[in-house]
Amino acid sequence: MDDRGLAGLHEHLPVPDAESAAFWDGTRAGKLLIRRCLECGHRHFYPRHHCPECWSTNVEWFSASGRGRVYSYTVIHQNETPPFRDMLPYIVAVIDLEEAVRMVSTLVECTRDAVHVGMPVEVVFDRVTQEIALPRFRPRY
Amino acid sequence: MTRTCIVGVGESACGRLPDKTELQLHQEAACAALADAGLSARDVDGLLTCGADPLHPLLVAEYLGLEPRYVDGTQTGGASWECFVGHAAAAIAAGRCEVALLVHGATALSDAKRRERHVRAAPHGPEQYEAPYGLTLTARYALAARRHMHEYGTTSRQLAAVATAANAWAQRNPAAYHYGRPLSIDDALASPMVADPLRRSDCCLRTDGGGAVVLTTAERARDLRRRPVYVLGAAEAHSHLHVSQWKDMTELPARQSAARAYEMAGVRPQDIDVAQVYDSFTITVLLSLEALGFCPRGESGRFVEDGALAPEGRLPVNTDGGGLACQQPGTRGIFLLIEATRQLRGECGARQVAGAQLALCNGMGGSFSSCGTVVLGCE
Repeated sequence: MDDRGLAGLHEHLPVPDAESAAFWDGTRAGKLLIRRCLECGHRHFYPRHHCPECWSTNVEWFSASGRGRVYSYTVIHQNETPPFRDMLPYIVAVIDLEEAVRMVSTLVECTRDAVHVGMPVEVVFDRVTQEIALPRFRPRY
Repeated sequence: MTRTCIVGVGESACGRLPDKTELQLHQEAACAALADAGLSARDVDGLLTCGADPLHPLLVAEYLGLEPRYVDGTQTGGASWECFVGHAAAAIAAGRCEVALLVHGATALSDAKRRERHVRAAPHGPEQYEAPYGLTLTARYALAARRHMHEYGTTSRQLAAVATAANAWAQRNPAAYHYGRPLSIDDALASPMVADPLRRSDCCLRTDGGGAVVLTTAERARDLRRRPVYVLGAAEAHSHLHVSQWKDMTELPARQSAARAYEMAGVRPQDIDVAQVYDSFTITVLLSLEALGFCPRGESGRFVEDGALAPEGRLPVNTDGGGLACQQPGTRGIFLLIEATRQLRGECGARQVAGAQLALCNGMGGSFSSCGTVVLGCE
């Protein structure tokens, strides 16, 4: 998203909290941080203070590869809410990262005809405000 | 265990109602259902209702002038009403109430026309990882549809067959919003894309309206106006809320809730005469048909393509026209119970399923997050 699309985005942006601040610090520094359990090895996203698999609180951040594949996607043609109404049509995808966690994001540098289930993608960071860099994904060739 | 029955059903006015409030629609629907049962507000001692307000059951009780000894405000979207049937049956069996009123009212259409929206707070908690990306409600279902197409070869034409079946039922129901407005497969396939692969015709209506259901013991039912409809099985299952936590986008928790509801009722999917299946979108019906055991995994597209769900089809579904063609004020699960009850009483006129003895209702909330399944019977 460029400056043209930014009006109205603010109310959709996160206000980092105790559980998410490190994640958003990471994206600002160009890293995609996810959580790993030191007891059972389970990785999870979105980040929690505990492991959702075994409830251990012995969990740590680590930097993901940023590579994954499209599990599913949709090309959105109707959305009256700003700023999205000025971006139509845009592609929202569900991405399965190599680290076995799932994220929702938008695809960039990708045409509607090119996107497909299973498409390899990689993360890019879109600095939409001083505070927030959003992870988005582009095709990986 | 005490047997529980549905003894009254009713709706408020439905359609576009800019001059009515949500609470007024609650009262109109409750009044209709109690009159149908031959009961009055003074008989109600249990109230089950949900809405946007965290204290919704208290708000509705006060507005209606009730002082119930049992309330339940479980909010799981469209599944709430089928969950409420199980909760009411348990409460009645435990002696916590005797006459339970389930009541819904919403003005989704007029709110949208007035552009009344809840003030949007900055996304907190898990929502902060999805809100920035413009994922609309329709888009969540489109993700499921795309995945189902990828795994099983499901087509847009098969999705359209769900919409045209609902529309065909609506042509037999003068109270349906799309009554007198027939829809062909070609019409459906020509309707504008909302979130690819879902088109306008794949999306449910948005209307104003309310509905209510009254439940009590089989003993009490004997003295009432209507032939009782028995709750034979009721179960629920809940799996996730956010899209990133949705493990298999071709599955929904109806698989678990239906298995338990069938077991309670001692019936199998093939015994069901008529099914009311939550239809927020056409894909919701396809995934639900598989999870409810009406066809094998991945087969729902082929199951519906020759009109199986339509009048004279082998599985009559959403016989009032459903959310796709009859009414959808918000969390539509209450209307599934109302239509199933009327089918089992044989009151449906031109859309009556001949000899219907067993009905299934499956409510669904969130994005395939929460399901309540109810099996109803004449005996």
